[in-house]
Amino acid sequence: MATTTVTRSARTRNGAAEAGRVRAKSPYPNWFYLPAAVIYGVLFIVPTLIAFYFSLTRWSIFDSKFIGFDNYVTFFREPALVTSLWHTLIYAVVTSGLKVVLGLLLAVLLTSQIVARGYLRSVVFFPVLVSTIGVGLTFTVLMNPEKGLINQSLAAIGIQGPGWLTDPSYALLSVALVDVWKGVGLATLIYIAGIVSIPQEYFEAARVDGAGAWDNFRHIVLPLARPATVTVITLSLIGGLRSFDLIWAMTRGGPGFTSDVIASVIYKQYQAGFYGLSTAGNVVLFIVVTAIVLPLSRFLNRKEVEL
Amino acid sequence: MTAPLVSRRPRRNYLLSVVAIILSIVVFVVPFAFILLTAVKDQQQSSLLDFSWPHQFQFAQNFIDVVRARDYMLIIAFINSTILTVTSVTLMVVFGAMVAFVLQRRRSRWNGLVNALVLAGLIIPPAVVPTIWVLQKLGLFRTMPGLILVEVAFGLAFVILLFRAFIGTIPRELDEAAIIDGAGPMRLFFRVILPLLRPVIITSVVVQSVFVFNDFTNPLYFLPGDQNATVQLTLYNFSSQYSTQYNLLFMNILLITIPPLIMYLFFNRQIVAGMTSGAIKG
Repeated sequence: MATTTVTRSARTRNGAAEAGRVRAKSPYPNWFYLPAAVIYGVLFIVPTLIAFYFSLTRWSIFDSKFIGFDNYVTFFREPALVTSLWHTLIYAVVTSGLKVVLGLLLAVLLTSQIVARGYLRSVVFFPVLVSTIGVGLTFTVLMNPEKGLINQSLAAIGIQGPGWLTDPSYALLSVALVDVWKGVGLATLIYIAGIVSIPQEYFEAARVDGAGAWDNFRHIVLPLARPATVTVITLSLIGGLRSFDLIWAMTRGGPGFTSDVIASVIYKQYQAGFYGLSTAGNVVLFIVVTAIVLPLSRFLNRKEVEL
Repeated sequence: MTAPLVSRRPRRNYLLSVVAIILSIVVFVVPFAFILLTAVKDQQQSSLLDFSWPHQFQFAQNFIDVVRARDYMLIIAFINSTILTVTSVTLMVVFGAMVAFVLQRRRSRWNGLVNALVLAGLIIPPAVVPTIWVLQKLGLFRTMPGLILVEVAFGLAFVILLFRAFIGTIPRELDEAAIIDGAGPMRLFFRVILPLLRPVIITSVVVQSVFVFNDFTNPLYFLPGDQNATVQLTLYNFSSQYSTQYNLLFMNILLITIPPLIMYLFFNRQIVAGMTSGAIKG
């Protein structure tokens, strides 16, 4: 290990010297960045930057007129738009929280000695690969208040199921549950990778000390699977905050505006022709995502493992 | 890895296994069985929305109806989606690998900026209407090349991340040997390095193909119009405000699930590797 580091640093010094002498002839030319940089710059960086300007305009197909912060004022005055901000946060927190808890439990289960482990792993993971719209439409049918399979089954055991997607107080959470159903396989997979990479010596030492299954989980798996937890939280927060297609497939933000999130507001305002307002929504989403994800991932990555 | 575990604890937990299997069937298998069963029912029975055995199997009839709906829109959509997926994933992988190669090998003042941009690409939600504005200025809005480039732009960051980690494991001696043999940058990269990246190429191709194929939002925004539909948009062919042909809808869901299913069956391991990368290193 030490030797490789030494040779590598020596080599980079050589490389730097060579690059200084024959600048044009580097075997790693900077123009390799060019194709990707052009596409990424023109279609991602530029739109992200000009979004800040256009969010300050009244913008239609034909022209744009600078109006200062009016779009943001509208955004934060209109109750339907402000609630979409809260819905986004609720949705992201609920989905990523459930994915962490269920993903970890499933991963512990699927790395233990049980029958049909391969089958269970594939069946939990497969929904990740299925079209989100397909999943959304399927569950819209399954969650149908009278005829849907879920409420029919609940009725069979004497429970009256709620109108999952038609009841304003349940709609957002129902969609979040379907999101968890579809995404928990990925969280599980990430946790399995984390748990499998824990050296067996820890478990052996714990066994010698007479630790039970719970001690193993609490003092070995939980702290050492921490990188996996960080990945799961970050990924599902990013996904949850910008989630659009599942909500659109299942409720279109309804009933009323009770399951609208920022991403669906952006689409609705775009469809209605309020491009400036739509872009303001985009900027709000940008700020929300960066303000949450960046500090969080910095915080999570910094903290050391405590056994 | 499992061998010592087995010898130490030969007894499997059968009760837990049975509970897990039953739960998995209820939670995960039933919805897929529901799709399958509804897809082969006749229209009348499918509109009951119940979980039941079909009175008569209409697989062929439903299949033909779905394919022929709206002037063979599904076929056109499959062609469109194939073009979109193949082209954008190819470009993404080649350009991403080039960036990752230089980023990993060469220490220059660009590195910090490039790394920051890659991180930004993973986190920042794309600004929709401004992207449309840019595409319009370039004359690429509502065109397939436009959508392809958009998918490339949004997918690059993840590909670069995958490749950078892998290129780090390829010894530099190889580069030096090739350079001494007189290879230029192009030869070095495309003839020497790229073939060695096979595992990570397969991983990123498979993961990104599934992602682009299942993408709904970007085609919705950047390539509207029936003649341009991609497969995800065909799902709205069979539902309207007043009546929905559920058997055809579910047949359609079934058909567009087949390509990812095939990918999964053949590339299970690569998909898992790609999706879990970054989980362990921390």
